[in-house]
Amino acid sequence: MDRRTVLKGLAGVGSLAATGGLSMPALSQGAAARTLRFVPQANLANFDPIWGTQYVVRNAAAMVWDTLYGVDAKLQPQRQMVESEQVSDDGLVWTFKLRPGLKFHDGEPVLSKDVVASLTRWSARDPMGLMLKAIQNELTAVDDRTFKWSLKQPYPKMLLALGKNNSPCSFIMPERLAQTDPFKQIGDYVGSGPMKFVKGEWVPGAKAVFEKFDGYVPRQEKASWLAGGKQMLVDRVEWVVIPDPATAAAALQNGEVDWWENPISDLVPTLKRNRNIGVDIADPLGNIGSFRMNHLHPPFNNVKARRAVLMALSQEDYMRAVVGDDTALWKTLPGFFTPDTPLYTEEGGEILKGKRDFDAAKKLLAESGYAGQPVTCVVAQDQPVTKAQGDVTADLLKRLGMNVDFVATDWGTVGSRRAQKTPPGQGGWQMFHSWHAGADCINPSAYTAIRANGEKAWFGWPTSPNVEKEVTNWFDAKSLDDEKAAVGRLNRAALEDVVYAPTGFFLTYTAWRKNVSGIAKGPLPFFWGVSKTA
Amino acid sequence: MLSYILRRILSTLPVMGIVALFVFSLLYIAPGDPAAVIAGDQASPADVERIRQSLGLDRPFLVQFGSWLWDILHGNLGTSIFTNLPVSKMIAQRIEPTLSLMAITLVLTILVAVPLGVMAAWKAGSWIDRTIMAFAVFAFSLPVFVVGYVLAYVFALQFEWLPVQGYTPLSNGVWPWFQNLILPSLALGSVYIALIARITRASMLEVLQQDYVRTARAKGLDQRSILFVHALKNAAVPIVTVIGIGIALLIGGAVVTESVFAIPGLGRLTIDAILRRDYPVIQGIVLLFSFLYVLVNLMVDVTYTLVDPRIRY
Repeated sequence: MDRRTVLKGLAGVGSLAATGGLSMPALSQGAAARTLRFVPQANLANFDPIWGTQYVVRNAAAMVWDTLYGVDAKLQPQRQMVESEQVSDDGLVWTFKLRPGLKFHDGEPVLSKDVVASLTRWSARDPMGLMLKAIQNELTAVDDRTFKWSLKQPYPKMLLALGKNNSPCSFIMPERLAQTDPFKQIGDYVGSGPMKFVKGEWVPGAKAVFEKFDGYVPRQEKASWLAGGKQMLVDRVEWVVIPDPATAAAALQNGEVDWWENPISDLVPTLKRNRNIGVDIADPLGNIGSFRMNHLHPPFNNVKARRAVLMALSQEDYMRAVVGDDTALWKTLPGFFTPDTPLYTEEGGEILKGKRDFDAAKKLLAESGYAGQPVTCVVAQDQPVTKAQGDVTADLLKRLGMNVDFVATDWGTVGSRRAQKTPPGQGGWQMFHSWHAGADCINPSAYTAIRANGEKAWFGWPTSPNVEKEVTNWFDAKSLDDEKAAVGRLNRAALEDVVYAPTGFFLTYTAWRKNVSGIAKGPLPFFWGVSKTA
Repeated sequence: MLSYILRRILSTLPVMGIVALFVFSLLYIAPGDPAAVIAGDQASPADVERIRQSLGLDRPFLVQFGSWLWDILHGNLGTSIFTNLPVSKMIAQRIEPTLSLMAITLVLTILVAVPLGVMAAWKAGSWIDRTIMAFAVFAFSLPVFVVGYVLAYVFALQFEWLPVQGYTPLSNGVWPWFQNLILPSLALGSVYIALIARITRASMLEVLQQDYVRTARAKGLDQRSILFVHALKNAAVPIVTVIGIGIALLIGGAVVTESVFAIPGLGRLTIDAILRRDYPVIQGIVLLFSFLYVLVNLMVDVTYTLVDPRIRY
């Protein structure tokens, strides 16, 4: 082959390319308008919402699988797949009837046996499900559309359990999938929701595709979060995984994607300056920053040491480090429950309010018997929220005169190390940082981090009989006033025993191209009701 | 030659075995737990333990290694802990973007760097030489991600000529495929161009002082023939060596470049797998990269015989 032949060949390829001869047929404007390109918060690495409980899996699953009930924007569970329910006078027997016409994506009808199998699998993994399982007599299908849940004792929070948006949600799957061991992944993704998962186009780490399911029968009510009519106004939703925030911002500005779930606050001013882009708070329930102290080992096995840290910490310092100086994005939080929700309380929160008293904190720390031993603080550097919090904590501990052993690592390592109960010198830890979705902290139902039942508690293993007593009181409460009273006392007890250290409440943004409309604020991205023009 | 190639290919087997043992051991002792990642933040320690058992991660080291090795010997790279997909399928999904990126970068590098190096050597000491070498130092000093961001800002955001991110398969058309790879290959190639240009210059400078070059000039050969036909061929051995070694640079650089330009290639798959501790995927990719690297070295050795007839195996 000589030089001329090569050049001729290249020119030919160039001409073909220029005339579109080798390129894909361009999508028509209508087709483009029916495809919504979305950048999720993280990679969809697996797609079993019971086996893997990450929020990103829950968010995708909410499109594909429907639930019996759904929590609405007023935080109330509303009927979704269920047509009606009855509870016996003694509160022990719940009878549910399914809506007619419900179908799975393979065309098969949704039957009670599918629901029973789905709830059985879910209840093996979910905290509320486990409670139900513990008091269950039997869960049975009465007929194709009716099923019955018989309990040994009343469970007033039944509808919340079936409709909550906290992971894992009680998604309804076909019986053959739901019979999979809850600790093993399902291999097929036949759903009951408004969108089908296109398994053939799934490239984990890059792309996930969902197509409208024509057989879905939405409710007639207006959609509100997980409740109401889930009307899909686009035919196809493409999740485009873009791990780098700067690239995601550029792709949104360039019109290569339509909606970015969670832009980092540093890039928001740039996005706001673009007249083609809309930016707003993503979820009014926000997040609660936290760090946990290990209650099993010195110095934090002594409540005085834990309270000394709480007495000195400035939530403002933490919040400015996490989200910056945009004061619309954060507030201090003298408690553990999500602000602006019915059970929010500041009872017992004085220790987190007002000027920080380092002298008193140092005195209390000395009383705890702390004598300069290293405090192992494990900080994930690959998560901006934990990294920022870790830096503030290191400074706080040093100012308190503590000897900080700062372990900078990644989230994967934190995930395994925090499960170690051994002393810090033998692979254990004394502190790690995290954050909790505000939606998980509106009440104690899914709030694993607030529990203080020792060995069974979340990492750090706090023990506080008073906290546990009030959790039980909340579950048994029959009125909102009773719930508020229980949560008030719970907040006080959790601060007295320092179950964990709340570092403040913060919000995040979401951003979209202005040819997209109908995006609702909420704890997860809701795709129903979202439309797009070309 | 054929027997040499066969011997070299056979010699890769023990190398791959050592790599396999090394990678497996390293991952076994590395901190982190995929079960904790799978279980999510709200999971109880008991849930994490149950998942660990279901994945077989609680088995002794030798049992796990033996089982994995047995699968490898049967051509089975295993199944991803997270996606439940075969590792071979995941690699197959991701290999095209990475190979495309590396191929275009390599071609671009050779087309740009070798003429630049030759030019710098030919005009040694002149402003042309100094400009090229200044460019080389500059390109060598800039991290790939900085170059990537600058290119994306200028050519995608400001001029709107090219896409910011993503990948279009070659089967969807040459231009859409190429369009997505222009900026990434420029970003990835910048360091590589600098390196090859410098090596080419140094190698050419040495050759241009040889007697036979002076003879060629004396008998009136034109400069282009002297440089590209006589001198470059004799200067090619170190250049080819560095190009071969540079494949490792490309693999490392692809990890960053694919993240910056959101290209769904093996580099991003590697990062995702490492962050999640998806052991079978990490092991599969490292084995693949090791094999590729051994193969590239073999190709380099074979190429020596083409550019220097004195080399025989």
